[in-house]
Amino acid sequence: MERLMDLLTGVSLVLIAAILVSVRRAHIRVEYSVSWLAAAVTLLILSRCEGFLMSLARWLGVGEPPVVILLLGAGIFLIVFFRFSLIISELKDANVALTQRVAILEYKLETLCEQQTGQGQKQAGDVRY
Amino acid sequence: MNEPWKVDGLLLLVPAYNEEATVGQVVREIQQTLPGVPVLVVDDCSADGTRDAARQAGAQVLSLPHHLGLGGCVQAGYKLACELGYQYVIRLDADGQHDPRDVPRILQALLESGCEMAIGSRYIDGEHDYASPLRALGIKFFRLLLRPILGKVVRDPTSGFVGVNRTALELFARSFPLEYPEIEALVVLQRKAFRFVEVPCRFRPRQGGKSSITTLRAFYYLIHVLLGVFVNVLRYPSGRKRQKPSGEPLWNA
Repeated sequence: MERLMDLLTGVSLVLIAAILVSVRRAHIRVEYSVSWLAAAVTLLILSRCEGFLMSLARWLGVGEPPVVILLLGAGIFLIVFFRFSLIISELKDANVALTQRVAILEYKLETLCEQQTGQGQKQAGDVRY
Repeated sequence: MNEPWKVDGLLLLVPAYNEEATVGQVVREIQQTLPGVPVLVVDDCSADGTRDAARQAGAQVLSLPHHLGLGGCVQAGYKLACELGYQYVIRLDADGQHDPRDVPRILQALLESGCEMAIGSRYIDGEHDYASPLRALGIKFFRLLLRPILGKVVRDPTSGFVGVNRTALELFARSFPLEYPEIEALVVLQRKAFRFVEVPCRFRPRQGGKSSITTLRAFYYLIHVLLGVFVNVLRYPSGRKRQKPSGEPLWNA
């Protein structure tokens, strides 16, 4: 149990370090790093609260405290993934709207250019005659 | 009405994705059958020469810079049509399955029934009821599923041969299902208390190219559309009151 908790502490610290480095290098935007940081810090705190985990395991009726860690970890990351699904959906909607808008503006611009070219040619023809 | 397609504000919309082999022929056939009616091909960022083939055939082309899927592609066309002030938009597939000779029927149904949408159906007096066995099975399933939701029978709910008037156009320009739009669009219309009518049409086999629907995708389609129907039923309050109570199609050929 103790070794497992130490391992969890190590993983949490590595995760926190990786997130901070990624934010510093602008690989992750700050607003999207918050969920990961919260998840990693929560895991770090839990890994140092063995007594709390034992109480929680007894309360849940789970014989083995490591199962509680697994459950909590899975729960935390499910929340993180759900939040990212919301963000991705919002970004997809924005992308679709932008793509459609760019195409429509391009179409209108091309039509305008064609009209101007046509008028220019007509005026040139009038001058010639 | 001898030439019912000669109404102001009619646009024919052809969404296309990698349909180089057929889109040119489809545009030419439309122009021969319905001279003078503007044709807008919406190219969903095709990897082949769809855009050039459509242009060479004489269509206006709206080119999406990124692949959006059928719903996003059709909605882009609806948005442009809405901004350009069109009153009626009729959508045809770029693979040649829809016969442009049926466009006047759909337009006539829109004009005479007062419905917001007219659906070209291969199952009402269709001369060529072409559909693959898998698709036919799916159509039967969705027909049964949709009947209690829509309050009427829709014989060909997966048909992409649809016409809309200005009211539906404005709605779809604002909100339209992104991936597999036909069935979800019906539910959205019904929940908004809009009406639709089915019109008998000829459907033909693909004139060329390759269908993107595989068995795996058909299964994904089923799940996706089921979820979409469920979500739209939850999202919008029922608007069944304005629907004609009869379970029969409104169209009497």
